[in-house]
Amino acid sequence: MLELKQVSFDVSADGQEKEIIRGIDLTIPDNKLVVVTGPNGGGKSTLARLIAGIEMPTGGQILLDGEDITGLSVTERARRGIGFAFQQPVRFKGIRVLDLIRIAAGRHLSVADACRYLSAVGLCAREYIDREVNASLSGGELKRIEIATVLARKCVLSVFDEPEAGIDLWSFQNLIEVFRHMRETIKDSSILIISHQERILNIADEIIVLKDGEIIDRGSRDDVLPALIGTAAAVRRCERNGFEEGEDALW
Amino acid sequence: MVKLDEIQKRLLMEVADLHAVPEGAYNIRSNSQSAGRRSTANIEIVSKTDVSGLEVHIAPGTKNESVHIPVVMTQSGLKELVYNDFFIGEDADVVIVAGCGIDNCGNQDSEHDGIHRFYVGKNARVRYVEKHYGSGSGTGKRILNPGTEVYQEEGSSVEMEMVQIKGVDDTERTTTAKLAANARLVVRERLMTHGSQRAISTYAVELNGEGSSADIVSRSVARDDSFQKFDAKIAGNAPCSGHTECDSIIMDNGRILAVPGLEANNVDAALVHEAAIGKIAGEQIVKLMTLGLTEAEAEEQIINGFLR
Repeated sequence: MLELKQVSFDVSADGQEKEIIRGIDLTIPDNKLVVVTGPNGGGKSTLARLIAGIEMPTGGQILLDGEDITGLSVTERARRGIGFAFQQPVRFKGIRVLDLIRIAAGRHLSVADACRYLSAVGLCAREYIDREVNASLSGGELKRIEIATVLARKCVLSVFDEPEAGIDLWSFQNLIEVFRHMRETIKDSSILIISHQERILNIADEIIVLKDGEIIDRGSRDDVLPALIGTAAAVRRCERNGFEEGEDALW
Repeated sequence: MVKLDEIQKRLLMEVADLHAVPEGAYNIRSNSQSAGRRSTANIEIVSKTDVSGLEVHIAPGTKNESVHIPVVMTQSGLKELVYNDFFIGEDADVVIVAGCGIDNCGNQDSEHDGIHRFYVGKNARVRYVEKHYGSGSGTGKRILNPGTEVYQEEGSSVEMEMVQIKGVDDTERTTTAKLAANARLVVRERLMTHGSQRAISTYAVELNGEGSSADIVSRSVARDDSFQKFDAKIAGNAPCSGHTECDSIIMDNGRILAVPGLEANNVDAALVHEAAIGKIAGEQIVKLMTLGLTEAEAEEQIINGFLR
């Protein structure tokens, strides 16, 4: 279980303090899939990075299973079981998919075992296991490998920052199945997904809506989702000629 | 065969992956003396008579055979200049493994300067592996200055893998190549320098025949106060294609100078140079930290992968 108590995050830009996260209280219980959604710039990714330790909060406390991890580094949090899938996966010259999965697992996995994690994210393992995690991989391929590294870690809390970003519709359908399967097999752990996608919200136990660094709505999927879809539909009507991320994108 | 001590055996393992006497033809040079040699039916190794060094004659049509010619030095203060010539017959397909390991526990500099000349016959294929390694706690420097000259006849192919990862204080590597029609040269250089080491690598490749090609890629890491210079020049004198690439990571106070040199003397010469030098991307370190590595462990993984 992860608890955020009055967590805030300010940055100073051009001599001015800007509040990105404003005193958030939040609990991610065990055995739940929680989705954080909300408009762009609302602080969702920052919230995910604060949980992983990539950014340090300027106020408040973060507790994992009762332990205060606010001051712990990324490494220390990872070792306590927090996994983090980047919105834009990082590329490495020379490091193979197999190497990355082995690092993630923290032990010398056999090739067959490592392949299982790739198959779980819908990649033909044999074709990818020896490939380098470099620019030769497409955005969708990288994204799935990124998720495979989180699966290999067997985390107590897995955080996914916009898993839908940068992947095609075909891959996305597959991804939903990955998360659905994770949700079904969840045990003594929890999943936090940052997402705009209705189809991801549809598999959430709980939805949290973040806007301007504050939680403006939270509750079960059935409580929160209908109102969101109503709002989004209205917004879409207004912006019919403008940019839309996709049919199911809510924000 | 002269018996090798443990340090010499370790050096052999580092530079030639040799745990025992290799298969095929070989010559092991230890502290300026031959510690063992074997020729085969198709590969003859003879000593030069005018200067120190070897002549390796590979008969035309020799297939899937290998030659190992490692050099180990454990005597402080030793300086040697060696000429090794390789004559590779038409249509041969061979692997040549060279390499030099120096262990210097003394306070005098140890230096091995090896000049390797390759005369590659028509349609012959050569894979050449050269590893350099230094160890020893003495204050004497470990110095390696390899000179490589490659003469490729029509349709021949040479792939060179040059590796120097550890312990060599000072290197000046010079590689020249002249390619006839449809000849192909591929070079993969991997280099890491640390401490106050200095490494200079200079290439001058002439693409003289129609359809010839060269692809020279250097991946390097400069740590501590070390300095590297990568100077790669390709001259396209015929319809040909040439590519050089310097891809480097700098750490600490390391310095790297990359000097591109492309000379197109024919309108159908297609030449490309790429160079990128920079520190390890912060997000790469963060990603590996989210997988549970410390910052130092993450750096090591990134460098190991980069120099793979």
